[in-house]
Formats: sequence, structure tokens, C-alpha cells
Amino acid sequence: MSSPEPRVLRYVDALREAVDQEMERDPSVFVFGLDVDDHKSIQGSTAGLLARYGADRVFTTPLSEDAMTGVAIGAAMAGLRPVHVHIRMDFLLLCMNQLVNIAAKAHYMWGGQVKVPLVVRSMIGKSWGQGAQHSQGLHGMFTHVPGLKVVAPSNAHDVKGCMIAAIRDDNPVVFMEHRLLYNTESAVPAHPYTVGPGESRVCTRGDDVTIVGISNMAQEAIRAAELLREVGVTAEVIDPIWLMPLDIDTILASARRTGRLLVIDNGWMAGGLSAEIVAAVAEAAGPSAGIKFARMGFAPTPCPTSPWLEDHFYPNPGSIAARAWAMVRPERERWVPSAESAKLAYQVQFKGPF
Amino acid sequence: MSVNGNIVEDEAHRLYRALRRIRRVEEVIAEIYSSDKIKSPVHLAIGQEHVSVSVCDCLEDGDWVGGSYRSHAMYLAKGGSLPGLMAEMYGKDTGCCRGKGGSMHIIDVAAGVMGSSAVVGSQVPVAAGYALAAKRAGEGRVVAVFLGDGATEEGCFYETLNFAALHSLPVLFVCENNGYAIHEPLAKRRARPGGICAVAEALGVPATRVDDGDLFRIRDAATSFVTRMRQGGGPALIEAVVYRWREHVGPNEDYDGGYRPLSEALPWMEADPVARVGALLDADVRRKVNEEVEAEITEAVRFAEESPVPRPEELYANVFA
Repeated sequence: MSSPEPRVLRYVDALREAVDQEMERDPSVFVFGLDVDDHKSIQGSTAGLLARYGADRVFTTPLSEDAMTGVAIGAAMAGLRPVHVHIRMDFLLLCMNQLVNIAAKAHYMWGGQVKVPLVVRSMIGKSWGQGAQHSQGLHGMFTHVPGLKVVAPSNAHDVKGCMIAAIRDDNPVVFMEHRLLYNTESAVPAHPYTVGPGESRVCTRGDDVTIVGISNMAQEAIRAAELLREVGVTAEVIDPIWLMPLDIDTILASARRTGRLLVIDNGWMAGGLSAEIVAAVAEAAGPSAGIKFARMGFAPTPCPTSPWLEDHFYPNPGSIAARAWAMVRPERERWVPSAESAKLAYQVQFKGPF
Repeated sequence: MSVNGNIVEDEAHRLYRALRRIRRVEEVIAEIYSSDKIKSPVHLAIGQEHVSVSVCDCLEDGDWVGGSYRSHAMYLAKGGSLPGLMAEMYGKDTGCCRGKGGSMHIIDVAAGVMGSSAVVGSQVPVAAGYALAAKRAGEGRVVAVFLGDGATEEGCFYETLNFAALHSLPVLFVCENNGYAIHEPLAKRRARPGGICAVAEALGVPATRVDDGDLFRIRDAATSFVTRMRQGGGPALIEAVVYRWREHVGPNEDYDGGYRPLSEALPWMEADPVARVGALLDADVRRKVNEEVEAEITEAVRFAEESPVPRPEELYANVFA
């Protein structure tokens, strides 16, 4: 008896399906944020929800991110389960007071008497001139604060499971999506399932180097691993998926085995997740483990708009592979894959505009 | 005052007890403060208790209130546990936040006190979130959120009033305007110091200003607004002009600080709402209330002093739900 072909969905459709299934299951779930109910429906990620659940549960907001975050928190404490949507992560800076001072602390500072089951959806942009204020990966700011959970799924399967887990979680969850992942496809079960807090994914097996890729950098690291395989280097790519809580044990075990840890963040390095992961592994493994470390992330600049500058702002499969090669074969000549071979399908396909 | 006959006695008795209880709780907190047993900065509402008492008098079980760091009056007026409050002041495990909130972050979910917050204005939108849930539930519940005049200068105040009006949320914004943000007078902060109600009206929130400290006028306004809200009407704002008798934070008076003269305070002290409502009662009745209040406070202090301190492992509890 042959098993049926797995169903393949795009990231955006898997995300939409997760919210749909949770809204169907639980009437306390509602979705709000600027543009969630318009004809473009946040790049399709909220498509059909208004027609199915009505304007009481799917509604737009004034451009008042600060107060709307407070409204979401109050509604959550009063027993509802809001999903607050922001079309760019940069806009979360307008929500910081409520997220950091109230959402993260409500359960603790009010002695465990209230809970804040809130999901804050946000999308990171990249390319097509998204620039300094539409491209930021600010997850390091949120993982810094006790009381917030942070998740950055990198494929269609995980985005559905993480969204369902986030909605069912009794804590505030900062949910990071990436615009360039929206059209990527993977096998997605039709039934509801969770990819819960603390779950990570070993994407490729390898013995020579452990590469951790955060958010879309997981996809870029997988492509880098393919390039490395062509020159005889096997990389173990780990997608941490959840950044808080972080599955450091899986990363630690892999790094101990390969002896090399390269962390690729979709964010800046200073005070960020790459520093945290390297520090946590270094502390736990100790100097006797002899692990070699390296990090890559955004250039320490704002994100430029011109593609000729932007190309140098982000790590990419070529630069990741070259860095890993240098870690694994320090005695050998420097190796850089061709720019053409280093392109990712989602970058080749994407024509803009956003 | 708009009261007479038997209603006067029942009402006055109830209101005086509430006023006197809050006044004395805070005076006792101020007395204990110098002993360093209270492990929390305190922002006392002495002189402005009547706003919480009058608004909470027209609220019911199931309604919610939220407020600022100056919320002892709100908490007690809505029925928050006095021993829980006092133990929280002492940092004890039996405190209303188990020693993790202190004076500025008080809560009693069972009594409908949804919590107070130390960042000015930050509970205003949270209250609107509760009101959204109340509207969805459709049971006629309302929310009252207490804020100072300073909070009306925060962006989230404008954002919240607009949203509350847009969605006809059952939330009463209660602005206790004591004229100072810490030590800065309204005239140094607003081009139109008297314009708080006009701002609310412009955003679609009906507003009433009560400038003479009359508890019954505040209560009449609140009753009218709350009644309308229970029937599906939208938000409203009451601006109650009040005077803070003590310093911004701490147990003392600060008329020697140079930013406000005692002469400014004296008319408010002469018109003390606690004394005014107390004068509606027979002296014997008033004395009995006073004795009962003192006994309750003594018991709350004893409870706080004898309660255990939190165990060290409690530090790590409740970071996540």
C-alpha cells in the first residue's frame, strides 16, 4: 500500500491555514492589525478570514501601534486570544513600551494572576528597496526580555506548526516571518499540528561543521551546505526555529561533534542571537572541547536600498559556504563558490514589487 | 449634595466607610514608611480618594478597573483585598502580587482590579482591550481606567480614545487631574491647560469636567455614563480636578519644595471630601465606622508583618505562564 503524495503548500498559505484552523477551533482567537481585512490581506496571509469569521474577529486598526498593542494585551488578559499583525517588523518599535513593559511582565509582576496569550505577527522585508526601515530583524531585542517568546520559522511546514503553537501558548509570542519565504513550498499536513516552543530542526546531517541559520538564513545555510558538499565538506545545518526558548542542547551536541560552529543570523551581530548562541555553547562546552567559532550577520550598517550595496549587507549561500570552508580547511586555499551557483530559488524567482 | 432621606444614611454610610478606610490605610502606610518595613515606593492618593470611591460606587461585580502607580484608592474602592495590599507593601509572599509588584503594580483579579502600571498612561489601552472583551461578551460589563493629567499627554491616550470611540467600547476614562506631573504644573506642559475634555470630545468621547471635588457630582456623571455603556453606548471621560496633599512619591508633605505653596492646598483641605461625607452621618455612627476601619487596618498590618517572606526560588516562578 503506497502512502499518498504529501500535500505541498506555500509558506503564506500554510500560515493562513494555521490561523484559519485555530479560529475555527477556538472562538476566542481574533486577528487584527492594519490591512488584515483589505483586498491584499497582508500578502495573502489573512485571505478569506474576514468572509469566514466576520468583522468582529478580523478587523483593521487605526495607525496606533502603541495603543493597539495595549488593546491586544488587555483583551488577552480578559480571556481572548489576539493575533496582532504588522506588515513589517520595524513597526514593532512603536509597540515596545507595551510589549516590554506590560506584555512581558504582566504574568510575573502581577503575581501570576493574569496571562497574556498574545501572538504578534511581523514580517521582515528584504530587497526591492525595502531599505533601512523595512528590513530589520529585531529578534535580539525581544529575546533579551524575560517573558517574551520569539519564533522565526523558515519553511511552510514549520510556519503552520509554530503559528498553531503560538496561538495556543499562554504567553506573548513575537512571531517573525520573512517576506522572501512567503512563496517557498514544503510538505504541510492538512491537519492541525504544533511545532512548539523550544523545538529546533536539524536540516542537513554533516560531520565537518555545524551551521546555525536563523529565520531565512536557515534556507541560505541549506544552500551553502549543498555547495560545500560539492567540494567534499559536510555541514550540519540547524534551524533553531524558536529563539526563545532556544534549543541550545541540539546546537551544543552538534558543535561538540563537528568541532566547528558557524552561526548565521538574519540580524546584526552586536548583542544579538549569534553572540548568545556562541556564548552559550562556549560556556557549556568549555575550552577543552576545542570548538572553533565564527559568526555572520547583517553588516554593521543600516540596510541600504541599492542592490549593489545590499548585496554586501547580507550573508548569502556563497559567503556562508566560503566561511565554512575556511573553518574546515584553514590550511587550504580560500574557496568561494560562483555567484550564480550561490543564488537561491526564492531570490531568482522573486520579481517584486512587494 | 443631591441626597436626602433614608438613602442619605445608607449611601453616606457606605461612601464614608470607603473614603475613611482608604484615607486611613494610606496614613498608616505613611506612618510605617519611615520604619523601612515597607519595601516599595508609595504614591499616595490622600486628598483625591473620592474619585475612586465615587466611580467604583457605580460599578458592579464583573466590571473591571485599572490604573496608574497611584492606585491604592482604586484598588480598595473596587474591593481589592486590604491584607493582600498591605503584605505587598511589605514584600511578603502573601502580597497581592506575591512580592513581585509592590505598591505600583497592584492587582486583585477576583475583585475586578486588572492591575496598575508604573509607566504613565500604559494601562489606558490595556483597559480598552478589556473593554473590547467586555463588548464581545455582551453581558453589559464596563471598564473604568484611572489616569492622571500627565497621562493625557502620552500618545497612547489619544490612540486609545480614538479606538474606543471608533468601536463604541464600554470604557470610562477617569482623569484625576491634580495639576502636576511629578512637580511640573499643567501650564508648563499644555498650551491649553483646560483642554483635556475638549481633546476627548474631538476624538468622539463625551467628556465631563468636575472641578470642585464634589464626590456626588463625580458619581452622578459616572452613573450616567456607565448606565449608557451597559446598554451598548460607547466610551466617556470624566475629568475630576483634585489636589494631591502629599509629595509625588513618598509619605511626606512637600510644600517647602518651592514648586507649590501650601496656600494652594488649603482650600482643598478645607473641602476635604472625607470630612464632608462624614458630616452627613451622626457622630456615633461615624465613630463606629472609624473604629471598625482602624480594627481592619490593624489586622491587615499584623497580617503583613507576620506573613512569610518569599522563598528564593520564587524569583524564577511565573516568568512564563
